[in-house]
Parts: sequence; C-alpha cells; structure tokens
Amino acid sequence: MADAKALGRVYADGEVVFRQGDTGDCMYTIQDGRLEVLAEREGREPVRLAVMETGDIFGEMAIFEREVRSATVRALGEARVLTIDKRTFLGRVQEDPSLAFNLVRMMSARIRALTDRAGERRTGGERRRAERRGEDRRKTGP
Amino acid sequence: MADRGAVRSGAAAAAPALTLEDGARVGVVGGGPAGSFFSIFLLRMAESVGLDLSVDIHEPRFFTHRGPAGCNHCGGIVSESMVQMLAAEGIDLPPGVVRRGIDAYVLHTDLGNVRIRAPGAEKRIAAVYRGNGPRESEPVAVAGFDRHLLDLAEQRGATVVRRLVRDLEWENGRPRLVGTDGRTTTYDLVAIAAGVNSQALGLLPPPGPGSVPPRTQKTFICEFRLGADGVAEWFGDAMHVFLLDLPRLTFAALIPKGEFVTCCLLGDDLDDALVEDFFALPEVKACFPGSVVPPLACHCYPRINVAAARRPFGDRVVWIGDSGVARLYKDGIGSAYRTAKAAAKAAVFHGIAVADFERHYWPACRSLDTDNAIARVVFGVTHLIQRARFLRRGVLRMTAHEQAAAGGPRRMSGVLWDVFTGSASYGDVLRRTLRPAFPLSLAWHLAAGNAPGGMRGVTEGGPDG
Repeated sequence: MADAKALGRVYADGEVVFRQGDTGDCMYTIQDGRLEVLAEREGREPVRLAVMETGDIFGEMAIFEREVRSATVRALGEARVLTIDKRTFLGRVQEDPSLAFNLVRMMSARIRALTDRAGERRTGGERRRAERRGEDRRKTGP
Repeated sequence: MADRGAVRSGAAAAAPALTLEDGARVGVVGGGPAGSFFSIFLLRMAESVGLDLSVDIHEPRFFTHRGPAGCNHCGGIVSESMVQMLAAEGIDLPPGVVRRGIDAYVLHTDLGNVRIRAPGAEKRIAAVYRGNGPRESEPVAVAGFDRHLLDLAEQRGATVVRRLVRDLEWENGRPRLVGTDGRTTTYDLVAIAAGVNSQALGLLPPPGPGSVPPRTQKTFICEFRLGADGVAEWFGDAMHVFLLDLPRLTFAALIPKGEFVTCCLLGDDLDDALVEDFFALPEVKACFPGSVVPPLACHCYPRINVAAARRPFGDRVVWIGDSGVARLYKDGIGSAYRTAKAAAKAAVFHGIAVADFERHYWPACRSLDTDNAIARVVFGVTHLIQRARFLRRGVLRMTAHEQAAAGGPRRMSGVLWDVFTGSASYGDVLRRTLRPAFPLSLAWHLAAGNAPGGMRGVTEGGPDG
C-alpha cells in the first residue's frame, strides 16, 4: 500500500483524517483502502455510520457549507487519500459548472441509500411491533 | 440544454440547426488525452440527457511499446490542480500509471538551491509516461497515461479503430475520414485531437473558413536511466527546475519517474548546442551521481503549441487539445482536458454548427489564450531574474525564508510553485504578485540578500550557502 510513487497521503490504521467538529476547507477521494465514518457522542462509544472504499469521495459538505465536520473519518487499515482543495475546486466550478455533476450524482446516491436505510428501519420497526402485538394476543388469548 | 430543447421542439430560429441526434456517429482523430477526454465527456454528457451516440477513436498506436513508437513525446506532468479535478470527475490515476508522485520542487540557481514543498506535504503532482516508458525501460504491466485514458474511453463505450487517418473529405455535408488503408467512414461530427506532433494536422484540411493551425516551437526531451534506487537517492519525490543565466534557455526541468529521470528543455531556437551547454553547467551536473551526466537513454525534439489556432472549428468539425490551444509552456494535459470538455459540452448541449462552437467552445480556448498573454509577462519577469544576479538573490532568500518558517505566508513560494507546476492560471499568479505584501517582502529580501553575508545559510550548495 505505501507506494512511494502513488498520489495522495498514506494514513496508518486508525489514523484520523478529520474529526467531528473540525472546520474543513477541502474534500477527499480515497485512492486506495477503506475508511470508516464515525458519529461521536460525549461520554459514549463512537457509532460507525458507514465504511467507505476506494473511489469514494467524502468531506464534500465542507465545500458547500461553512459548517464544521459532521462526523469523524479514520482509516481502517492503511489507506491512501487525496485532498481536493475547496478553493481550487470552487474556482474551477465557476468556469465549468459541470465539474460539480459527479459530486451531485454521488450525493444523490448517498441520499437514496440513506432513504432506503431509513425505510428499512421503519419497516423493521413496524414488523417488530406487529410481532410483539401478535405475541401479546397469543399470551392473553382471544 | 435550453438550446437543445428549443432546436428539437422547432421553437428556435428558422435556420436549419446542426445537432447530434439519437444514433449520431462521432469520429475522433487521435487517442491521446484530448481525444480520450473528449470521448469520455461526450458519452457521459450524452448519457445524462438520454442521447444515444456512437464514438470511434482513430488511433493506430497501442501505447504499449517502449520508446518512441508508443510515446506521445511530452514531459509527462499532470499538474496539482489537474490531479484534483480528475479525482473530482471520478478519474483516478492508479500507481501503475503514476511513475512518481511529486511533493516538492527544488529550484537550482548559481547561488544555491532551495526546496519548495507542496502545501500539505501531499503528493498531488503525477509524473507519468505518455507511452510505456523509454526505449531501454523494463516492461511494466500497466501502460502509460495515454493508454489509461484510452481504456477509460473504451469502458465508457467508445470504439478504438486502429487506423491512421490520412484525409478528411465531405459526403452530403458530412465529414468523412479516410484511412491509410483506403477505408472511409462518414460521421455527423469529427473532432481532430491529433496534436501538433502528428502528421495528421498537415494532412487534414482546415475545419472551416478562416481556420489557421497553431504556431509551434521545438523543445528537447530526454531520459536518463539511474535505476530506482539512484532516482530515489538523487531526486526523491521532487521535480528539479533551473533558474540559470544561459542564453536562449526559457525553462528546464528534471522529473523523476520510476528508474528514469526525464529532462525537458524549452528555449528559443533550441538546438544541440543549447542542450550541450545546459548539461555542461555545474548546477546541472551536480544533480547526478558523481556530478556526471549519464548517457541519454532516449531523446526527442517534439514541438509544443505556443500560439493558439485561429477559429479551430467549422460545421461538424472541431480541433481540440494542442491542435487548438494550450497553456504556454505548462500543463498540456490540463489544456487537453479543458478544450476537450468544452467541445463535448458544445456538441451535446448546443449543436455542432460553426456558430455553436464559436459561442460555446471558443470562450474556453480564448480564456486559455488570454492567460497565455499574461504568461508572456510572467516569463518576461522570470527572464529578467535569470539574467540579473541581484534579483536571484532576493527571490532565493525570500523563498528560503518562507520555507523555513512553517505555517507562515508563502508569497514567493506560492508564486514559484504555481508557475512551475501550472496549478494556477498565470493571471492568478500575476495578481498575487501585485498585492502590497509581495513587493514589500521582495524589496526587503533584495536589500538583505545583496548585503554582505546576506545569503549565508539561506540555501544549500551555493557559493554563499
């Protein structure tokens, strides 16, 4: 993995790319390896939200918003990551708005995946409630 | 997009519009970066609006041969901004294609050297082979940059036709490409991406009335074999550039790549004598083991575009890449990307008539051309610095002090970095030098650097250093 020729920066296993609450002025693409996205809550263990793989882009919210990073991202094993500067990217988007298209498509796919996951959770919750109601009826009888 | 809808619905002007319709055929002459980028973006944009196109890329080379047969005769640097834009487009450059990631530039002068590190100390400049390496190189599994892009274009749906094009004729108002084997294919649109070093530009007729090919200049490119360890020890991950007072020399760079080092020279009336004079300079010799310049493994005198083509388009035909316009002395691959994408956008969203290219493609070319006018001013100043030793002292001192102070402003370092890497436009570089802090800081370093002992400990390797 630690190829002297390759582009980007190599992150060791567990090394943090950015932390929840950091201010950001760039986004990243994974050139090689895997990274995990963690939601950190005070006094509790971080919750893994997602695992990203080679080719994925992350941290793009910092490009469009002035908000702090919404989650922590750290390497799962050794990973090579390339930084895309906000200033460079937005400068080029002014000249060529279609440059943002790939990003919009990726964000759209991410929203779809979240919607699907939320739908699955709701369906799962309703099924569990229905099962509990069924069990209650069996226990109490007709 | 609006234009396209209007034309299709018949709501546009009465003049017959030329647009790409479902099933249209597009021919691309040349499978270098411009041809591949054009095909990738054309197919990607067409898909986004539900337009079904077929694209043929006419390229006789496989880019798998080592030496000149598979090479596109270029320094092979993908600039920092270009690497980022390609990544944002979803076009990554794998380690097999990148022969060395660059994270620093070493500026060599007769006063010593200074290393300019990349912002963030990250490798974001790619040294690549356009073919599959120099004549004597070891065979590798993955071919060079051009083949990588051509493969991506094929994966997108383009067909690579292994044929050399010798002429462009017209058949019922449509361009027809004639191969050297006599076979002909008629297209709705032809993009000429043959490049200024191809014979095709001389063979093919101009795309329209008033079209004039670009003006070119001869350069020198060669390869030295140092072996992977030698390259790592003597060059590391840094590109080496030279600010030397050698008449006719405009720019010189040594670029580490795998087991080789590529040398690029740009200058006026570049010839063998200038090349010999350059390699005889002690500052150049000192870059190599034992201060001995190794024998050349491979060399060529390719041409580069130094003045944009005029009206590089006509009805159904467009010149892209350095057949049209390129950034002066820098970032040829970036120019290929920008012109190819602009031409693809014009063709898919607006039309393929001369007026469409004039309105939607030419502005991208003009923007590069305007920036090149500023580049001439920037290189004029660089020329002055090359000639005047007292200026070199100030520039070198200011750069070295900025590099030593971590986290401080990178005024001169940033300007030099962007001039060498081609990451920012020349207009942006010039604007930054006009901010008050820049001339003030330079004036201080000019005064301090030219005072007795003012350069002591500032640089490495120089007489005062």
